[in-house]
Amino acid sequence: MKGELIVLAIILVFTAQFLYVSSNTDAEFGGADGEAEGVIEEITDGKYEPIAEPLWEPPSGEIESLLFGLQIAFGALIIGYFFGYYQKSRG
Amino acid sequence: MHVMEGCLPGPWWQIWFAISIPVIAYGIYKLNKLVDERRDILPLLAVAGAFIFVLSALKLPSVTGSCSHPTGTGLAAILFGPAVTAVLGTIVLLYQALFLAHGGLTTLGANAFSMGIVGPVVAYVIYKAGMKMNLNFYVVVFLAATFGDWATYVVTSIELALAFPSAVGGSLTSFKAFATIFAVTQVPLAIIEGAVTALIFKYIIQVKEDVLVGLNVMTADTIRKIRGSAA
Repeated sequence: MKGELIVLAIILVFTAQFLYVSSNTDAEFGGADGEAEGVIEEITDGKYEPIAEPLWEPPSGEIESLLFGLQIAFGALIIGYFFGYYQKSRG
Repeated sequence: MHVMEGCLPGPWWQIWFAISIPVIAYGIYKLNKLVDERRDILPLLAVAGAFIFVLSALKLPSVTGSCSHPTGTGLAAILFGPAVTAVLGTIVLLYQALFLAHGGLTTLGANAFSMGIVGPVVAYVIYKAGMKMNLNFYVVVFLAATFGDWATYVVTSIELALAFPSAVGGSLTSFKAFATIFAVTQVPLAIIEGAVTALIFKYIIQVKEDVLVGLNVMTADTIRKIRGSAA
């Protein structure tokens, strides 16, 4: 149980950190990559044009979270399935 | 967070492809060999890949007031080494570039280098060194995965800094700007990734310790010791 408790404690500290930052600042919690784009603009005086655009973009934030959610669900399914498989095969 | 589509001008995006492709090719060769020799590792390989899939989709809020995501590559790096991990990481990056407009095809080489190669190499080296020094297994896994994750974002910052040197102070100044965003945001996330990776190892040791010995991840002796001290 020690391992689980330590991870739980770390997640709690992390959650507290998030609650603190979100209630004490006006942080928007946007993506770090978007902020980096801002820095690129600053450095190049807004002159940099991306050399390529994504071939396809999720049409909305909802669709994007759907696809990220599917990615997580699919991954978690595989992890759970094989841990179960190993557990069973130990007999 | 990966380098965004189109955000690395030539020659940089080509340079990162040129560096990454040989490593990925070697990884594919190693992966084929591994799968041919040991069919029993296939489920574990799937788990390691799925772990990258899950962790790299979790965008978490950080102290800097922005969001980023862990990499999940530490697990695969410790189990299968950095070359195989480069292949797994690139598959995830490709998925995110194609379907999520996250990262990009022109920046795939750069992202594969940071997330698929440097992060896993750092994790692997820390793991091997820590085990040699006889430190606690879970502490070593934690350190390896944490610093592997963090190194990925330091490299992302370097990649952007090299491509966009600041007018005053050059690449070093822009590195500071990019690192403030990527590397600082990543610190708490890297710690979580380290802790979760250590926990996953606990479960792997519970259900499938023989494969760890077979993959030279640890000796049977170490496993006996860990089981004796029950985490």
